[in-house]
Amino acid sequence: MQKSIKKYFPIFALPTLVAFTIGFLVPFIMGIYLSFCKFTTVTDAKFVGISNYLKIFTDKTFIHALWYTALFTIVSVVLINVLAFAIAMLLTKGISGTNVFRTVFFMPNLIGGIVLGYTWQLLLNGILAHFQKTLTYSSTYGFWGLVILMCWQQIGYMMIIYIAGIQNIPGELIEAAKIDGATSGQILKNVTIPMVMPSITICTFLTLTNGFKLFDQNLALTNGEPSNMSELLALNIFNTFYGRTGWEGVGQAKAVIFFILVAIIAVIQMRLTRDKEVQQ
Amino acid sequence: MGVRKAKHGWILTILFALISIAWVFPIVLVAINSFKKKVYISRQPFSIPVDKMFVKFENYVRGIERIHFFDAFKNSLFITVFSVVAIILCTSMCAWYISRVNSKFSKGMYCLCLFSMIVPFQMVMFTLSKLANMLHLYSPVGIIPVYLGFGAGLAVFMFCGFVKGIPLEIEEAAMIDGCNPLQTFFKVVLPILKPTCITVTILQTMWIWNDYLLPYLVLDIKRWKTIPIAIQYLKGGYGSVDMGAMMAMLVLAIIPIIVFYMACQKYIIEGVVAGAVKG
Repeated sequence: MQKSIKKYFPIFALPTLVAFTIGFLVPFIMGIYLSFCKFTTVTDAKFVGISNYLKIFTDKTFIHALWYTALFTIVSVVLINVLAFAIAMLLTKGISGTNVFRTVFFMPNLIGGIVLGYTWQLLLNGILAHFQKTLTYSSTYGFWGLVILMCWQQIGYMMIIYIAGIQNIPGELIEAAKIDGATSGQILKNVTIPMVMPSITICTFLTLTNGFKLFDQNLALTNGEPSNMSELLALNIFNTFYGRTGWEGVGQAKAVIFFILVAIIAVIQMRLTRDKEVQQ
Repeated sequence: MGVRKAKHGWILTILFALISIAWVFPIVLVAINSFKKKVYISRQPFSIPVDKMFVKFENYVRGIERIHFFDAFKNSLFITVFSVVAIILCTSMCAWYISRVNSKFSKGMYCLCLFSMIVPFQMVMFTLSKLANMLHLYSPVGIIPVYLGFGAGLAVFMFCGFVKGIPLEIEEAAMIDGCNPLQTFFKVVLPILKPTCITVTILQTMWIWNDYLLPYLVLDIKRWKTIPIAIQYLKGGYGSVDMGAMMAMLVLAIIPIIVFYMACQKYIIEGVVAGAVKG
């Protein structure tokens, strides 16, 4: 059977392989190479060694964006997961209207980042106007604006995953714990949370990478204002590429660092939470 | 006990009803403001448009004319539908090939797909846009292979996870009965893969329909805009933003999503759960 399938390689695997090469493989390899070059388009690249990388660390906007992104990611991961889990717990108690609430909470997730950004800009600026401020008054406003926006967008998605996890817990387990005299706090800590650990793994992974890679919402909500102070990493890289001529190489080097950071975080996080999962 | 529990649930229902209203409030606010005269929008965003504030559909007409909304809608629809079809068809075939043929290519391709899932778009955005330009992929048709390539990682990974669970005997029986691999795939394997197809469709549709940066960099945006690009374009360079048109276009951008959501809600929520478990 293997042999006869193998003959059909051009039909089965080739289209994806070609597209994958164009859409990912070649740009990725070229990207790594170009991070060691000075260039304005791809054809005039000149090898300059690691000077692009050295330049990054003298760029204050990048260092600022790095800390800003790290802080933003931590705050949004914690808030989104705690709130989503709490809502999921309450919505699995069988109260009336559960389906309607689930539908409503999930909806913002389908709306794109650009549209979301301008929607929240209107609301937040409207509220801040009472205090004679706007979102771009200082980076703190932009920060909390983004956090609120992300919570609104992602809680529904994570809630759906948590609900599925909670519903998978066998009822006998909770019953047994109750008969043994466990309080609801103990049940939560010793039964529910260990049992939904796979959901926690995937939700923290998703919120972590989403937060770290956030771009559209940042662009639409504050566009980095005031003076690049509310710029997340992805937007900082974009602005280095397309906003400063002669800095394309540095932009590419930043992108490589960005990629390495995302990869490290993803791997560490997967390791850490996978260890805590219970075998069923 | 029973009575107390019911009372408890009743309070929760009210609480969640209030939160739900707060949850949809930003969208309602945009809808309200889309009927307001543009100078009043940033000054009085929370007031209901009456009398001289109320402008009927003026904002809509102006916005549609300025960004050619329906062209953008057509482009978004075209790109999303055909990219997703291409992804489903090509990656499911590729995933079956990878799972069934035991070779170095199969292993390598699988690992690369996994790897590509953690690479952020910024890493490849510059080189990808230049490469796409060189290959003349800057039209709505040309962008389809780009989406296929960049979306292949997740799709191949998910299909592979599912194909592994299909018993080999079914396919062998089909082959013995005289099916060639193509017939085997389309008549036997693909129907079994249907639930995964739905999951991948939902995840990829949500991504491509809302994607801003990839089409912005790859497409020739003077000629073709998608909805997110058109909305961002409305903000323009340095001039003041036409808030009226902006609100109206946001409403028009949200309506198709809500219609889609209401129509396939069951599949969307199931797809998200299935996607998360596999991912």
